Amino acid sequence: MKKFILHPSSFLLANMPLEALATLPEGPDKDYLWTLNFGPQHPATHTTLRLILTLDGETVVKAVPDIGFLHSGFEKLGEDLDFNQYVTIVDRMNYVSPIANEIAWHLTIEKLMGIELTPRCKYIRTILAELARISDHLLCAGAQALDLGAFTAFLYGFQQREVIAEIYETISGQRFHPSYTRVGGLLFDVTDDFVRQVRTFVKEFPKTHADMCRLLNRNRIFLERTQGIGVLSKELAIDLSCTGPIARSSGVVRDLRKDEPYLAYGDFQSAFKVICAQEGDSYARYQVRMEEMLESLKIIDAAIENLPAGAVNVDVESKAVFPAQTSVYRSIESMIQHFELVMPNRQWSPPVDEVYGCIESPNGELGFYVVSDGTGVAYRARTRPPSYIHFAVFPYLIVGHQLSDVVAVLGSLNIIAAELDR
Amino acid sequence: MLNEYRYCNMPFDIIADAVKAKFVDVSTSEFRDNRRLHVPPAQAYDVLKTLKEQYGFNMLFELTAADYLKYPNATDRFGVVYGLLNMTTGERIYVRTFLNEPDLTLPSTFSLWKGANWLEREVYDMYGIVFAGHPDLRRILLPEMFTSFPLRKDYPLRGRGERHNFPVITRAES
Repeated sequence: MKKFILHPSSFLLANMPLEALATLPEGPDKDYLWTLNFGPQHPATHTTLRLILTLDGETVVKAVPDIGFLHSGFEKLGEDLDFNQYVTIVDRMNYVSPIANEIAWHLTIEKLMGIELTPRCKYIRTILAELARISDHLLCAGAQALDLGAFTAFLYGFQQREVIAEIYETISGQRFHPSYTRVGGLLFDVTDDFVRQVRTFVKEFPKTHADMCRLLNRNRIFLERTQGIGVLSKELAIDLSCTGPIARSSGVVRDLRKDEPYLAYGDFQSAFKVICAQEGDSYARYQVRMEEMLESLKIIDAAIENLPAGAVNVDVESKAVFPAQTSVYRSIESMIQHFELVMPNRQWSPPVDEVYGCIESPNGELGFYVVSDGTGVAYRARTRPPSYIHFAVFPYLIVGHQLSDVVAVLGSLNIIAAELDR
Repeated sequence: MLNEYRYCNMPFDIIADAVKAKFVDVSTSEFRDNRRLHVPPAQAYDVLKTLKEQYGFNMLFELTAADYLKYPNATDRFGVVYGLLNMTTGERIYVRTFLNEPDLTLPSTFSLWKGANWLEREVYDMYGIVFAGHPDLRRILLPEMFTSFPLRKDYPLRGRGERHNFPVITRAES
């Protein structure tokens, strides 16, 4: 493997703690340093991120992220919308894999209320969570290559993302923001079309994956621009609260699907492996994502072939889910229950307590901290957004590298600004 | 090395008892799988430091706050929650501390976990809780000129018209 060699002075900078750097570019002898404003509207940031870079020639000596351009008060809205309404807002956090956010939100609510899902619902949610992972990784790996000039891999990835979008459309009627999960179940049960589409996807996807790998894995330009760039050590990854593929590419062996199995992952422990790398550079992050997609595919394959029959929602007697439409029209009890769930002063009555629930989202640990005051609206709906945590890592990674490496590192972190700013 | 990981496989009860023995005012609670230590703010930093250094909780995975102004039977105004994770055993523990006006100050945990940097800035931004000793405590999501703390319960959902009063910079001025 080619080792990236830094200029000696840059190497010192790269190993310097960030606090020391805060004072670095001051003083009259440092007036050759110049400041570059990167973003918020820049094609390589993909969304609205802003970086204030202090440069020594082309070497970055300091990077200060400035965020909040997309802040729209999602958490405040979460204190006003009920558990089922808020799912539409949660969708719009990480819009690259929206269904993972929905699953995390409702899993936390179900943890709060003590609802045990039906096996069928668990399996469907597992399949969707893994599809979301594939679609997120496709975009991230593709966009990382796109930023470095390789356009084709990005398009190949998008063609498969389109297939996943069609699956979303089949289940929920929406391609981008499905809003598919509900407290205690799902909006609709899936149809045979869904099963057929997923089976086709499982069969077709490895071809696209192989195409992308052939385009990038040994691509000399891609390798030289990502190997040894933005190295994150294991200690720093833990210290900076990194999770998901970013921590795993730095040698942290932790995956919530294995360590704290939720949904139906307990049934697939032997079906998939946790992908880890040791290098911790941009290329390792790319590789971990590419390999994770194949592992996700194994989970999808196992889950779709073993999809349990039965109801998709929990029992109506739990008072957590809407009764079937036919029984609402034909019996007064069902109609009353339907009304109670809709009326803002009735709804659910969860315990008066607070709970943290999380899933392994494509980007890392996506958690919700919900404080409940006993009503159907969360008193506090805090999101633990992986993008936010990972963007705080960026200044540590970029210092000492060249200006052109900014996009190589940024692309590998997969920062979604809507989730970053909420 | 051995010393550091000696207590790693301890169940929550043992950790809680040891912390309680060391810090008198600590109490515990449990809900679902969340095990929590309730700590007075003056002792928060020491408890967190003990948990990190003696019990191997080397990751701060979550730091957030809540405003209990309209909460049923609440005795304190603000609650701050630290979520700690032991990467060796995968064990999680939550440390809760409560603050009341006018003293909304907590010691910063940046010296224990670098990940606390932005998390503390967000809590400051949204609730106005000051983390003493933080290297760079500025607003993070909201603009610098914003004066309120929007996630407090006395802040209206639709805001106080700040959006309409943002200064507009013309090209000539920039």
